[in-house]
Amino acid sequence: MTTVESYAKFSGVEAAPRGLIGGAPAAPSGAEGARKYRREPGFPVPVLIAPATLWLAIFLFLPLISIFIFSFWQPTGHGMTPAFTLENYRAFFASEGFFDPKHADFLTPSIFIRTLWSTFRFTITVMAACLILAYPMAYFLSMQVEDFKWQLSLFLLVMVPFWTSYLIRAVAWLPMLGRHGLINEFLMDIGAIEEPVSFFLYSEFSYTMALVQLYVVLAVGPIFFSLAKIDKALLEAARDMGASPFQIFREIILPLSLPGIAIGMIFIFVAVMGEFATAVVVYGGKTSTTGTVILSYYVTGNYPFAAVNAFMLMVAMMMGVIVILRVVDIRKEL
Amino acid sequence: MARSSPERRRKARVKFGFSVYYVIFLIFVYGPMFAMFTLSFQGPRGGVTFPMRGLSFYWWEKLTGPSAVGDLKASLVRSLILAVIVMVITAVLSTMLAMAFRKRFRGSAVLFYAIMAGLMVPGTLLSLGLATLLRQLGIPPNWWSSGLAVHVVWTLPFGFLVMMAVFNRFDGRLEEAARDMGADEWTVFREVTLPLILPGIVAAGLFGFTLSYDEFARTTLLSGAQNTLPLDINASMTQRVQPTLFALGTASTMFSLLMIGLFIVVYTILYRRAR
Repeated sequence: MTTVESYAKFSGVEAAPRGLIGGAPAAPSGAEGARKYRREPGFPVPVLIAPATLWLAIFLFLPLISIFIFSFWQPTGHGMTPAFTLENYRAFFASEGFFDPKHADFLTPSIFIRTLWSTFRFTITVMAACLILAYPMAYFLSMQVEDFKWQLSLFLLVMVPFWTSYLIRAVAWLPMLGRHGLINEFLMDIGAIEEPVSFFLYSEFSYTMALVQLYVVLAVGPIFFSLAKIDKALLEAARDMGASPFQIFREIILPLSLPGIAIGMIFIFVAVMGEFATAVVVYGGKTSTTGTVILSYYVTGNYPFAAVNAFMLMVAMMMGVIVILRVVDIRKEL
Repeated sequence: MARSSPERRRKARVKFGFSVYYVIFLIFVYGPMFAMFTLSFQGPRGGVTFPMRGLSFYWWEKLTGPSAVGDLKASLVRSLILAVIVMVITAVLSTMLAMAFRKRFRGSAVLFYAIMAGLMVPGTLLSLGLATLLRQLGIPPNWWSSGLAVHVVWTLPFGFLVMMAVFNRFDGRLEEAARDMGADEWTVFREVTLPLILPGIVAAGLFGFTLSYDEFARTTLLSGAQNTLPLDINASMTQRVQPTLFALGTASTMFSLLMIGLFIVVYTILYRRAR
């Protein structure tokens, strides 16, 4: 039994048809299952989907729509009243003189745009680092480990932290950082540095490192699944035709693992963009991400402005996801 | 096929290199957790960083004492109750959804993406949206109402994917046979379908349990006056950090690991049976 087949059997995903170029991953949607079971009666569909649909409509989509609506309301100091005002958006874009001809800092973007931008920049850095770390890991597990049981065990060992509290994992960074943190002590022990460097003290660098550690497993999973689905016979054929290992990687493995990369990157993108807890725990609350800005405006009672920030974050995330989906058409690949 | 021996040696070297990388990766992912674990046994006069000043259960004892961060026992109980309710709802809803997706129906693609949206929308946005909405409607948030609502939004996609996998290798002919023998829908479900998918339902539920038990961002603004355990842990970060927090983190992680172990055992049983 090949890895693909045994994986497929384990996860219930149907194995790719042999010989098909690329061994296209099976569709996760019900489309295929539906065709298979169409003739069956069973319980009526509306009854089956009604509770979950209602739940999602009320507790997922209604809150998101209300964020958009509340962003036009009038703040009253400790609450808000229904109105249609663009003042909140003006404050978001134009505070600190952005496009204000009378102001000296005519072309300096507002603090909120800059926060959103720095959040975005951070997210991109974290995504890149996660991809660089996760890809070889997923490649090793799917291509180098041949025994299925070993593969599964090693994979689960990597994925376990995903099921533990990410807040506690952020807390666990405290002993690592700081002047007498493990990283500084270790570097002094091996003689790399003479005295503790503040670099590892609540700095941008340690914040990035912590985020990468917290979220890297989100990339390992999807990339591993897409690599595991690649038909090994395809690689064997390429090798027999004289392709070099690098050619095989660039022309077969990499293109076929793109959907996994895209899904992993989307996971990390939305998670880190909305991030606020790690900033407080690891960064000592000295920085602001759009997430912390939203919360602080909520706490001070300016709900419409929190809503504006949240809506802009949502727009930025949607744009990011669309860009990723443009680069890799997941649905076509599935 | 015969491969030349230099090539085999090269392959072995590559494999060894990747193995070393795997170990380094594990140290990176687990390292901080082990540091926290070790430091929870810090001596009474020690701090939150190394070196260890003696070895003791001082901070663990402090954890169970009344002077610890907030009322930990009460928030632990709340977290557990919430996780159990989320577990049941996740199991039931995701089973119903997956059963619906066995058939072709209009809007199934839209519903599929709607379910997955729960996985994509960050907790910050969901928390803010529902909290402001409830405030405006004059409904007070509570961990067992609004907290529960957003937890299920988060756990449902995972449970749904587990149940989809279960039904993907389900033999529908068994149900047909029962129907041919004159069983009605409820009898078919109770006597045929349910026993076969039960391990899957348990797995989907346990998945929901761990995710809910650890969830923090979504509950931030929605738990009302009473905190769940992750919220208490976060609150204690704003005070002076003591190794008690590490003891708490270690205990909580141990519990999560136990739940994962249970999940894997259940899923393995399911896998064996299906074979």
